[in-house]
Amino acid sequence: MINMQSQHLYGITALFNTPDEIIHAANEVSAKGFTRFDVNTPYPIHGMDKAMRLKNSKLGFFALAFGIFGTIASVGLMSWVTLVAYPLVIGGKPFWSWPAFVPVAFEVTVLLASVLSVLAMIVIYFKFPNNAHPLHDTTYMKRVSTDAFGICIEAKDPLFDEQMVTEFLKSLGGKDISPIRIEDSSRVLGIKLFDPKFIFILIIIAALSSGTTYFVFNKLLYMEPFNWMSKQNKLKPQAKSNFFKDHTGMRLPVEGTVARNNFPHVQTGSMDSTGIYLHNPLEVTDKVLEEGKSSYRIFCSPCHGNFGRGDSRLRGQFPNPPTLHSDKVRNLTDGQIYNIISNGQNVMPGYDLQIPRENRWKIVHYIRALQRAQNVSEKDMK
Amino acid sequence: MSASLMQIDQPKKSLPKSIKITGWVLTIVGVLAVAAAYIIDSKHTAFNNVIGFLCLTSVALGAMFFIALEYVSGAVWSVPMRRVFEFLLGTLIILPLIAIPILFNPGVVFHWIHPDPSDELIAHKAPYLNLTFFLWRFIGVLVIWNIFAWLFTRNSLKQDLSGDQKLTRANIRIAALFLPILAITLTITAIDWAMSLEPHWYSTIFGVYYFSGTVLSAISVATYIIIKLNEGNYLHDLKKDHFYSLGALLFAFVNFWAYIAFSQFLLIWYANLPEETSWFISRWQGGMEFFSILLIVVHFVVPYFVLLPQDAKMDPKKLKFISIWIIVAHYLDLYWLVMPSYKSGITLTWIEFVFPIFIVGIIILVIDWKIKKHNIVPVGDPKLERGINFRL
Repeated sequence: MINMQSQHLYGITALFNTPDEIIHAANEVSAKGFTRFDVNTPYPIHGMDKAMRLKNSKLGFFALAFGIFGTIASVGLMSWVTLVAYPLVIGGKPFWSWPAFVPVAFEVTVLLASVLSVLAMIVIYFKFPNNAHPLHDTTYMKRVSTDAFGICIEAKDPLFDEQMVTEFLKSLGGKDISPIRIEDSSRVLGIKLFDPKFIFILIIIAALSSGTTYFVFNKLLYMEPFNWMSKQNKLKPQAKSNFFKDHTGMRLPVEGTVARNNFPHVQTGSMDSTGIYLHNPLEVTDKVLEEGKSSYRIFCSPCHGNFGRGDSRLRGQFPNPPTLHSDKVRNLTDGQIYNIISNGQNVMPGYDLQIPRENRWKIVHYIRALQRAQNVSEKDMK
Repeated sequence: MSASLMQIDQPKKSLPKSIKITGWVLTIVGVLAVAAAYIIDSKHTAFNNVIGFLCLTSVALGAMFFIALEYVSGAVWSVPMRRVFEFLLGTLIILPLIAIPILFNPGVVFHWIHPDPSDELIAHKAPYLNLTFFLWRFIGVLVIWNIFAWLFTRNSLKQDLSGDQKLTRANIRIAALFLPILAITLTITAIDWAMSLEPHWYSTIFGVYYFSGTVLSAISVATYIIIKLNEGNYLHDLKKDHFYSLGALLFAFVNFWAYIAFSQFLLIWYANLPEETSWFISRWQGGMEFFSILLIVVHFVVPYFVLLPQDAKMDPKKLKFISIWIIVAHYLDLYWLVMPSYKSGITLTWIEFVFPIFIVGIIILVIDWKIKKHNIVPVGDPKLERGINFRL
């Protein structure tokens, strides 16, 4: 008797055998004016929300709000990055190229709308982190998770009266009608969101997971068996070496030697001196001209045009490239043209890194051939 | 199949006379207007004729897609209203008629028929884009569609008498065979009749783009007819659960259309190749830029927000409104596809309105004729009772 008083009544449950019976029962219970009751079934039953006279879920509005938030946040981030933080010309497009934002904004919208709605559902409707419910661990719950359909009218309902509800459920055909009593209120309330114990556990989980992540990606992956070939027995350019006295990894060639296929070559840098001292080392042959033509077509023609007239399709987009048939160019020595190809001139960049040395000389031969074809002298006509 | 259902299967048999008269009036006015338009400005009318042809094709093909989808997915909710889609297949026989005026002088519309001899690109595409092959393709796809439409409806109508479950199984097989064939034939139609208007341009997603509008228009036409028939008690009292399914499909395909249309635009915008961008540029000058924006609003933004709430998809009134809206949007979409190759900038005269009149008239006539001939509900379908009792 004392025990009975320390407990308090949570609600009265009844079991039914078929989906039709439970729909009928839910309909009757809600028709009678009960609002605080719930139906537990092993699987979802169509038409239950109508029978229980439930209002539409408000979760859709959460999803809409989160979705709009996702759109605004992603478009805002991309706009800020492309306009303020790091403006870059990409593919010749304007800085603020909105079509490129659409797929990202779409994905972020869908992601935030779905993930945050699920979280909102867990927090608002399931009262996370509370995982306790008075119906847990009752025979009623065991039955409705296997083969029965149950209804539970809560004691909090304004119309609740133990005697009346029991009679009412019996009249609906309910079986195993039993009251659910709970020890004290603490089990109903369970854990709260700002419970120090819960916060403490959260902090520990956060520290553990971020620590593990850090360890895996920054330490574990770089331990010996996983060095991903980043450590090799060779010296990289600019690297320090303890093998040599001066601790420099990069070595000059041994004095007085020449690398294979690489004849030494004087390039003073001044156009006049190269023009005077350098001569085309290649003889004019069909092959040399053919190869010179191919290199010319690849590297020179985009600006100077296929025939050196300075009439390429890029004309007008840069300071116009000069024709190669002017007196000035024709009077340059081979060495001077070679120097211009190698080091560039005015807007033209140097090509010494892109075109091998021999090919530059071949191009010089080809330019000479072009010039001669365009300015035929009396002697050539004979 | 319960006996009670068999008895209440046909509350009313034929539609009121006024609908038939409206159909005849619209069709005759439409035919006369088309003839007058052809006499006054044959080139302009021919381009509108292409729009009309594509519009009617999309209604017929979308309906056929819907039927095939019901069979392969084993859908139950759509069974009570499937007949409306089957009736829409009746428009398939009109397709050659509406295409004939173009085929009298196809060179007006398709300038690859008499190309500039120096045009290398068209010469390169000549093995596909030539009149003989074009006509054979056209005949081929029409024959294929009609065969499948005949098979679907024949089995379905036979079932009304026998209630034989084997016929459903036969239709499932036919539907599974038909869907890949539909993908190919529909792409061919889209390429032949819409993309080849600008033979230099190409887009690999074009068939899918046309498909999205196809399904959308067919479902919206059918939704309107279904709701009208339901209001007149021709169907077994359909509930909001059925309407919700229709509305959800409309919503899904509104999104699908936007997705495909934007994908096509995004790729071309990104690559920025002159031979591809020209197509969008011609739709972005001379007033067409406003039309393009209007199309986005009409075809995507408005239906999206109207159909977004759950209640809207269940509300027959809103669905009726939005289905008409989407049909108009689809016609605008086809106009956007076709008309810039007639003349740059917006062309809007009375000729633009003759084909919609004709198409609406002909659809009303086809539905009226079919309803007189056949049951409005597939009374022999084994899934019918479950379909009527369908609840979300």
